[in-house]
Amino acid sequence: MTAVEILRFALHGLLANKLRSALTMLGIMIGVAAVILLVAVGQGSSEAITSNIARLGSNTLTITPSFGGGMRVVGGPGAGRSRAGGPRTQARQLTLADARALADPAAAPSVKTVSPVVTAASLTATYEGASHSIGRLVGTYPSYFEAANRPVAKGSYFINEDVLASRKLAVIGTTVAEALFGEADPVGKQITISGVPFTVAGVLKETGTQGVQDADDIVIAPLPAVQQSLTGFGGLDQIVVQAKNADVVADAEAEITAILNERHGITGNTAPDYRIQNQAALQETVSAAAGTFTVLLAAIAAISLVVGGIGITNIMLVTVTERTREIGIRKAIGATRGAILGQFLAEATMLSLAGGLAGVAVGVIGSRFPIAGIQPVIVPGSIVAALGVSVAIGLFFGVFPANRAAKLRPIEALRHD
Amino acid sequence: MSGTAATAPVLDVRGVTKVYGRGATEVRALRGVSLTVERGDYVAIMGASGSGKSTLMNILGCLDVPTSGRYLIDGIDVGTLDERRLALLRNRKIGFVFQSFNLIPRMSALANVELPLVYGGVRPAERRRRALAALEQVGLADRVDHEPNELSGGQQQRVAVARALVTSPALLLADEPTGNLDTKATADVLAILDRLSAAGRTIVLITHEDDVAAHAKRVIRLIDGEIVEDCRRVPVDAPPPRLASGAAAAAGGAAIGEGPGGR
Repeated sequence: MTAVEILRFALHGLLANKLRSALTMLGIMIGVAAVILLVAVGQGSSEAITSNIARLGSNTLTITPSFGGGMRVVGGPGAGRSRAGGPRTQARQLTLADARALADPAAAPSVKTVSPVVTAASLTATYEGASHSIGRLVGTYPSYFEAANRPVAKGSYFINEDVLASRKLAVIGTTVAEALFGEADPVGKQITISGVPFTVAGVLKETGTQGVQDADDIVIAPLPAVQQSLTGFGGLDQIVVQAKNADVVADAEAEITAILNERHGITGNTAPDYRIQNQAALQETVSAAAGTFTVLLAAIAAISLVVGGIGITNIMLVTVTERTREIGIRKAIGATRGAILGQFLAEATMLSLAGGLAGVAVGVIGSRFPIAGIQPVIVPGSIVAALGVSVAIGLFFGVFPANRAAKLRPIEALRHD
Repeated sequence: MSGTAATAPVLDVRGVTKVYGRGATEVRALRGVSLTVERGDYVAIMGASGSGKSTLMNILGCLDVPTSGRYLIDGIDVGTLDERRLALLRNRKIGFVFQSFNLIPRMSALANVELPLVYGGVRPAERRRRALAALEQVGLADRVDHEPNELSGGQQQRVAVARALVTSPALLLADEPTGNLDTKATADVLAILDRLSAAGRTIVLITHEDDVAAHAKRVIRLIDGEIVEDCRRVPVDAPPPRLASGAAAAAGGAAIGEGPGGR
């Protein structure tokens, strides 16, 4: 009785009941495919989030004013006060002067560009009767386009000269362009933002971001033009700093801290009135969250795999009961307990292996297509794990019925009808 | 095998009893049966239903275990064997023919006949050769690829006989082999058994029909689990009494005896 013989018997046993075998395999196939697909979807969404963040540039640092305890204090430059603990008496806003200081190559050698940013939300843009409430209006310097990784697809950027001349130019996101112009080319047209005319210089490349905030619902204009006409000359909302490369982000952060601490008069035991956000750190946090999401999906898929395994046990029990007489015949003509056990175990394993392989095929093919807007990314480990688990389930759940079959006394089995 | 085979009887049953159930429902199927069967003998065990003949047959075929008593087959004490050796013994020493044929469904006649050789660890080519030879002996050379449900009852039983003798066992046990067959098929199967007996095969057959028992060299009657009559019709080394047509069949029988054997 060789292994080949056992496999041949098992195959024969399975083919004798094709529909039943096929349905059992279907159970395992769905389980394995679900594990592979759901893990791939989880991985795909995780990678999509990560790449969205990476698109911001992993070597950028965003400085925002912080008024301690999350309290926003309204007022002119330098009027911010913190009532939350600490010996700080006066919190200063971020100013254009701060931004210029950061751009000093001597004090901050790791910094490549500095883009001061003011933002305004919910301004209404109109063009020939069409109107659109802009998600985010950004007033900044041309370096922002590179630092924030927002390339222009159509038309052009504004340049430093435009900033100095306070020209009312606007680079608009695709959402804004579609809302105001539809199919028409917006470049060179004049739009009105809260009553102020701006000329469209270019259209940003579509980011295709998902989520609550539409990154394409944006208008970027020269900083002084926005301050003059829309926000006023208050403090900056952000300073976006681009480090020379990803390796010196930490150095850049230290240099910025040193410069700002000095300018804002912050010493050892006073809380800083600004906050530096590191994109890389943010990325890690989001990746961890996405990882949890993937684990959750995998757990759901694992349940279907176990259900498939129970299906195998069920079928093997039915098979053994139905074929008790055959077992008796085989034992009467000299089959050992091992031979019977081997045959039924091989049947269970074949079922789960064939179902598992079919599941891998479905999972791999299925993950080539986007699911719910997410392009799944196959994790090779999930294939190995799903297949391994399905075979293990076949063995584990097959042992019980197979052992029951093998232990039968020949005469008992032969009397069975 | 040859050493003990020359001296020891094929079957040596000593005071075997079998009790089913316990207490009030106790049924004593065998009440102490002792029996010796020599090599080459052809024994018919007769009895009404409930006489314990099937129980005895199952014990002889190592399918069931006696409640007490010893049982030696080819000089080997069956009671001392473990499960694996018992399977080996069933495979090597015993060929069993059942009343209800007991072929495995959805397997060709050839595959059914090969099955004991598979469990006996015979190589595929050799297996096929021996199975084909056995099928030819029972006159089914043209039906090797048919599955049991494509064969008549008589043909199925002939396949079962081929399966029983393909391992050239020391003992061929037949439990009412003609019980489910019509007259023509009964005659076919009995003729095959006669030829096997003439070729020297040891056969023990269970029946309740006198016509069938008349083919045997020795008839044992069993009533209520006890042997009441043991009647020898023909000497052990003589041909069976109803052997069909003398010399030609005997020659064919000799071929049967040698064909699949060679062990």
